[in-house]
Amino acid sequence: MSVAGINVLVEETRALAAEKAGVRKTLLSVRGVSTYYGSVAALRGVDLDVTEGEIVTLIGANGAGKSTLMMTIFGAPQAREGTITYDGREITRLPTHEIARLAIAQSPEGRRVFPRMSVHENLQMGAALHNGQYFAQDLERVCALFPRLKERLTQRAGTMSGGEQQMLAIARALMSRPRLLLLDEPSLGLAPLVVKGIFDAVRDLNRRDGMTIFLVEQNAYHALKLAHRGYVLVNGRITMSGTGRALLADPAIKAAYLEGGHGAPVEA
Amino acid sequence: MAAATRGAVGLPGILKDAAFYALGTFALCVPVVAFRTDAGPTGGLELTPRWGLVLALCAAIFLARLAQRLILMRRDARRALTPARSQATEAVGATPNAGQRVSMLALWLFIGIALTLPVVAALASGSLGEGRYWIDLGILILTYVMLGWGLNIVVGLAGLLDLGYVAFYAVGAYSYALLSTTFGLSFWVCLPLAGLFAALWGMLLGFPVLRLRGDYLAIVTLAFGEIIRLVLINWVDVTGGGAGISSIPRATFFGIPFTAGEDGFAARFGLTFDSMHRVVFLYYLILALALITNVVTLRLRRLPIGRAWEALREDEIACRSLGINTTTTKLTAFALGAAFGGFAGSFFAVRQGFISPESFNFLESAIILAIVVLGGMGSQVGVAIAAVAMVGGPEMLRNLGFLKAVFGQGFDPNEYRLLLFGLAMVAMMVWRPRGLISERTPSVALGERRAISGAHVSEGHG
Ligand SMILES: Nc1ncnc2c1ncn2[C@@H]1O[C@H](COP(=O)(O)OP(=O)(O)OP(=O)(O)O)[C@@H](O)[C@H]1O
Ligand SMILES: [Mg+2]
Repeated sequence: MSVAGINVLVEETRALAAEKAGVRKTLLSVRGVSTYYGSVAALRGVDLDVTEGEIVTLIGANGAGKSTLMMTIFGAPQAREGTITYDGREITRLPTHEIARLAIAQSPEGRRVFPRMSVHENLQMGAALHNGQYFAQDLERVCALFPRLKERLTQRAGTMSGGEQQMLAIARALMSRPRLLLLDEPSLGLAPLVVKGIFDAVRDLNRRDGMTIFLVEQNAYHALKLAHRGYVLVNGRITMSGTGRALLADPAIKAAYLEGGHGAPVEA
Repeated sequence: MAAATRGAVGLPGILKDAAFYALGTFALCVPVVAFRTDAGPTGGLELTPRWGLVLALCAAIFLARLAQRLILMRRDARRALTPARSQATEAVGATPNAGQRVSMLALWLFIGIALTLPVVAALASGSLGEGRYWIDLGILILTYVMLGWGLNIVVGLAGLLDLGYVAFYAVGAYSYALLSTTFGLSFWVCLPLAGLFAALWGMLLGFPVLRLRGDYLAIVTLAFGEIIRLVLINWVDVTGGGAGISSIPRATFFGIPFTAGEDGFAARFGLTFDSMHRVVFLYYLILALALITNVVTLRLRRLPIGRAWEALREDEIACRSLGINTTTTKLTAFALGAAFGGFAGSFFAVRQGFISPESFNFLESAIILAIVVLGGMGSQVGVAIAAVAMVGGPEMLRNLGFLKAVFGQGFDPNEYRLLLFGLAMVAMMVWRPRGLISERTPSVALGERRAISGAHVSEGHG
């Protein structure tokens, strides 16, 4: 049996065990959400759930509305129809900064680090929610996760490489100690090895710290392999959902998102 | 070798280029400089040709361009041959770089000169009275330093382009003028009130422009400044309209007036009366106010609110998703910047003893903004240097007698102030596009954590 096969087995057992425990509750629930830019609909009645302790992946073509969904969860733009519930509380109409205070963090599309501030200061901004209460230990934690950052604490964020900035964006999000972490295309424009590093870090966060992760990705193969469950977004609508493995095996998905691209390995 | 070849090939090209510039200057000069129009004896216009001046200007441009190209060429050649010592990215490590060292040195130099100026002026020119010109100039410059530092909070730190800053200066000045002339309140009571009023106006401006950024914000703040000025002109019952408010009470030494009488300042302190005491006092007053502005800004930069301002300047969306309330962050920046403008305004009123809307026109806003931009948005020392250059520079020109010899007797450098402005701006944008001191010192340097105040201090040994 190949190594990949064993990995799949291990993952299945883990997912089953988690399900058997049966105590997991829905952390984020999106119901019938429609979002518009002016009069143009970007999301049309999206339903989606993220259960505590899960990695959920959302895949879709360019312009499908993935980033819009992530931003809608964060309240900018706000959903015109439908409701978003987080930890039993409706957050559809909350302003962004209050949503962030509920322990949801995001690493937005395009990283958006503070370019003229040092890496250290960027991380401090991430910890602003707790007034720096846990700063020292959290700094240690993210530096262990991304050793690159540790070497570059005094460097200006804007002068770092794309991959380093991506690590910083994730690290900054982690500094707020989120229960739910939203990642928008963390692998965008990165070398395969760096992508692997980032996905490993995501897996670690989930396995070891029990963090719930909602991942938006173009890199469908890796993302679905990593995820417990996945959704497919097409033109603002969810067209498919299922376990990561089931989606990976689906011929339609294979044809649309995997074939020939995005790092799918050539398997015999 | 490369340099030599390039030099040999480049020289005719450079000459041609400089000649081209001179030609351009000539073309510009023909309609602008070449003829002077005077009202002739018959009432018609008389043209006085000034070809000599045109020629001199063209020659000056030619030589300047030639020198620039030659210097740049040699520098490029040198750079091409020697490997770059510093990388494109900033070095990792907390040792201060050259820029930061220079700005530290400049800071102490600046403070030293500022503290001793009245003494030095008095010693150098014989008596306090004779040194008055320098002390007055110092007061003027320090007023702009303070205004620059105040506006720096809004523009440099929070990144909100404000073209109507002079409105808060006006609010402060009129607050003091009205409160003291109608209610007889003393300067020391009015000063905080003026700051408070200005801060309120800052918030008032802040609310409608919360969603605006960049160009749009600039236009609205510009309009706001004009509105305040127009209100001051037209609300004659309260503000005295265009005539302004005169006989505003003068500054006192914490209640002791600077008069020659029994209970005047000089008599109380056993000095002989000198009208300069008041001027020196005003000088130290504005110095103190400016330094307070500076200290407060530097402190705040290290506190969460200061960080939030800077983060806001960098990326508003990222800011919000980190849980920062951008509304209050912006409003505090506007309010605080305005408050310092208000303090400076009430100082202006107490110094002048007379204010009118004329003193608060758009040009003032432009000068203050220019000081902030030239100083290198966000750099405190840079702002101070820029204020000295922008305010002191034209004054210095006035003293240069030889300019009169070149440009004729009627030459008044002050009329060319705006031209100098433009030149300074263009020169800056060419040579130092990010301002005089573009280094942004991280508010936290690793290794000297004790200096950090606020919540991040207690831990942070990463
Ligand atoms: N600010 C905006 N104003 C108007 N239309 C927008 C805006 N942002 C996104 N859109 C539109 O909404 C649709 C969804 O965009 P979105 O950014 O969510 O796509 P995406 O799935 O994240 O794509 P990608 O994979 O390229 O990042 C697109 O058609 C886009 O043009
Ligand atoms: Mg996107």
